[in-house]
Amino acid sequence: MSVVAFILLYGVSYGLVLCLISVGLVVTMGLMRVINLAHGAFAAIGGYIAIGLMTHVGLPFAAAVVAAVAFVAVLSLASEKVLFVHLYGAPELDQVLMTIGVNFVVVAALTLCFGPDVYPIRLPPWLSGSVDLGFRTFEVYRIVTMAVCLVVIGLLWVAFDRTNLGARLRAAVDNRGMAQATGINVPRLFSLTFATGGGLAALGGAIGAPMLPLEPTYPFKYLVLVLVVVALSGFGNVRAVVGVSIFVGIVDTAGRFFLPDLGAFIIYVLLIVLMIWRRQGLFAARVAT
Amino acid sequence: MSAPALEAKGLTKRFGGLVVNRDISLVLAPGARHALIGPNGAGKTTLVGILSGAIRHDAGSIAIFGHDLTKDGPAQRTKRGLVRTFQVSSLFVQLSVLENIFLAVSEHAGASGDLWRPAGKRRALIERANAVVDQLGLGPDRHRRVAEIAYGRQRLVEIGIALALEPKVLLLDEPAAGIPAGEVGILLRAIENLPPDIAILLIEHDMQIVRLFASEVTVLVQGEILMTGTPSQVMASAEVQSVYLGNTGTARFGSASNHA
Amino acid sequence: MLEPVWWILAVLVYFIFPKHLAIASSILIMAMFAMSFDVVLGFAGILTLGNAVFFGVGAYAAAWIAIGGWHEAITGAFAAGVGSALLAGALGPFVLRLTGLPLIMVTLGIGVIFYEAANKTAWLTGGDDGLSNIPLAPLLGWFRWSLSGGTAYLYALCWLGVLFLLSRRIMASPFGVALQGIRENADRMRLIGTPVLRYLVVSYVISAFIAGAAGALWTQTNAFVGLGVFSLDTALDGLVMLALGGIGGLYGGLIGAPVYMLVKHFSQEWNPYYWMFLIGGLLIVVVRVGRGGIMGIFRRLLSRRPVAS
Repeated sequence: MSVVAFILLYGVSYGLVLCLISVGLVVTMGLMRVINLAHGAFAAIGGYIAIGLMTHVGLPFAAAVVAAVAFVAVLSLASEKVLFVHLYGAPELDQVLMTIGVNFVVVAALTLCFGPDVYPIRLPPWLSGSVDLGFRTFEVYRIVTMAVCLVVIGLLWVAFDRTNLGARLRAAVDNRGMAQATGINVPRLFSLTFATGGGLAALGGAIGAPMLPLEPTYPFKYLVLVLVVVALSGFGNVRAVVGVSIFVGIVDTAGRFFLPDLGAFIIYVLLIVLMIWRRQGLFAARVAT
Repeated sequence: MSAPALEAKGLTKRFGGLVVNRDISLVLAPGARHALIGPNGAGKTTLVGILSGAIRHDAGSIAIFGHDLTKDGPAQRTKRGLVRTFQVSSLFVQLSVLENIFLAVSEHAGASGDLWRPAGKRRALIERANAVVDQLGLGPDRHRRVAEIAYGRQRLVEIGIALALEPKVLLLDEPAAGIPAGEVGILLRAIENLPPDIAILLIEHDMQIVRLFASEVTVLVQGEILMTGTPSQVMASAEVQSVYLGNTGTARFGSASNHA
Repeated sequence: MLEPVWWILAVLVYFIFPKHLAIASSILIMAMFAMSFDVVLGFAGILTLGNAVFFGVGAYAAAWIAIGGWHEAITGAFAAGVGSALLAGALGPFVLRLTGLPLIMVTLGIGVIFYEAANKTAWLTGGDDGLSNIPLAPLLGWFRWSLSGGTAYLYALCWLGVLFLLSRRIMASPFGVALQGIRENADRMRLIGTPVLRYLVVSYVISAFIAGAAGALWTQTNAFVGLGVFSLDTALDGLVMLALGGIGGLYGGLIGAPVYMLVKHFSQEWNPYYWMFLIGGLLIVVVRVGRGGIMGIFRRLLSRRPVAS
């Protein structure tokens, strides 16, 4: 029983952080049809800046996270205008190559600024320690992280489903040409979406830092995992991302626990089987060509 | 009594509750020059899809020289001699005109699996490819990339690929689609020069081409055949004229038939 | 007409830089690896991030063959290449049905699986420590493997030359043209009657052989093999080198590999991480300027010269 609880608790908290990081990529890939292998870079930069502000400038954790998210959102916006806009409609190979190049540059920059080792984090006192849940103990920090993720994801869900902006976004993902024809300002939507996705990734990177340790190779290291979530959700299928991320989180945690030698594999074997069997993702999102 | 080149009987296709093609029958003798016309939404595209094998029909049969095609997919039908061209060109744009045609020649000759001999040294294949290029008047563009040549000439490459496959029955799906008025002449010449033994079904909107090309015309309206006859008969028919949007139709047919 | 220049330069390196032949050999081997990408990506249009799998399998296979008692290098490398090719033949029919992101994902996933498998089976692969002390008999019974790496360099160069000529021959055949057709418009090729999946698998197998042979050479010239051969870094290296040099035409890898490795080597003397900046920046520029890479830039410069009438 406590094993199941352990796997669920750890898997879900891990999955929720993954969700925050991945949701931006799911939307941009669905909307802009760009294979952006550099998405993890936003998470990494967000994490580094938040922890850096907290450690060296002394900002309280919450403020540091907010500042980091704001910074990365602006950075995403700028990079969209300067770099990514050239990838819309470009051949997939070009998208892959350019975003790999961006990754290289970011990894180099992070190493030069923060050094090649794992960035040490000292959690503030209100986040440290554990809580006794009865059947087992659970870190306070993970509880807070889960809460934050759920709130943010909840807000996203509402925004996506209930607001005008969300409706426009859904329309544009479904059928870009038609959306544009009805007067939706697609370029502006792209920029906004990209900035939001980057900001969300930064949030995930920042609050997820104790779980996904910050090192310069972070963008490459978690690239595959994020892509797994995106591929299994299907492009543009935001509603599926939460479920898929939690699923991935749980499978990965369970795998590592039960089969420590093979655990890391499980998710990739699953991925390959699923991709070959249902390449549109676990939930076939209708994507207009 | 030899089998017709292409015989379609009672072809019917439904998409849900909508009957897109109803009981279509068509016979093409070898060497036929047959045109299929009809207003937008008449079901021409679906019919071409059914004939080429891309769409499965709900009822009816298709046979080429007596051989039943119902079970054959598009690639098999191509091998049997039923070849189609596309309304929107589907070419190999970064390759040269000659390479585009060569690909089809090579595959048709079963040579595409040759890993060893340089393509340039396969004399017979190169000659055949060049012959098709010349026949269509594409000589000057022979080594230019398809992406770089005029759209009208790209439409000719589309036909060239089909010819390279030595078709017995050729479905030309709106070959003039998208061609600027100034370039239609080269297309007309190319269609005139198509080998006389091939049976050709031409789907077209451009009446000028239909008049010059077809000895028989079938009119498709709302999924059914309205009439079949010579171009003059069809264009003089009051029914056909009214179907083509009243006045506009009369104007279109009126001017064309005045060229008699 | 400029072609022989590369090969002449490569031979000259042997005489001009006798003290740097170790890195020169690495460059040749990476050029071969990048060339394997060209076959599958430049010609057939298969966007795979997984060729490191074949490189790694070839590398370890060569180690096992030598440690197992067969010390002849040339046949050992050939056998290793065949091993990779067989793996590609087994994986291809499934993997190559995919395109786009699913294909990238699956090839990445396979790469990760092989890496972890190698990591966990230390009894087979030496794990983190790798396999060293790989015994090899003198080449052709005569040329000893010296510390300076002279034999190794010429050995690698010969392999590269032979595989290059073979690849060029195959790509110039009707099959090679058909591959390009598949890259341009697979659906039309299917309609014409081409067995698309089968041809893609063949190109995958050829590419795997080249990558596997490159891996084997890596082991043989370094007398060592480690987990790095399976890493994502290696896979990306190959792709980046090819992209820098120019995709398609087979020379891309041969130009991109020296550029990449030399930039990496020299900038590491300033700071271990500057090279990533430079390469990343170069890559972004190459994509913006057009996919011809360095070769493309040369071609454009050359075509600006007035043509003698």
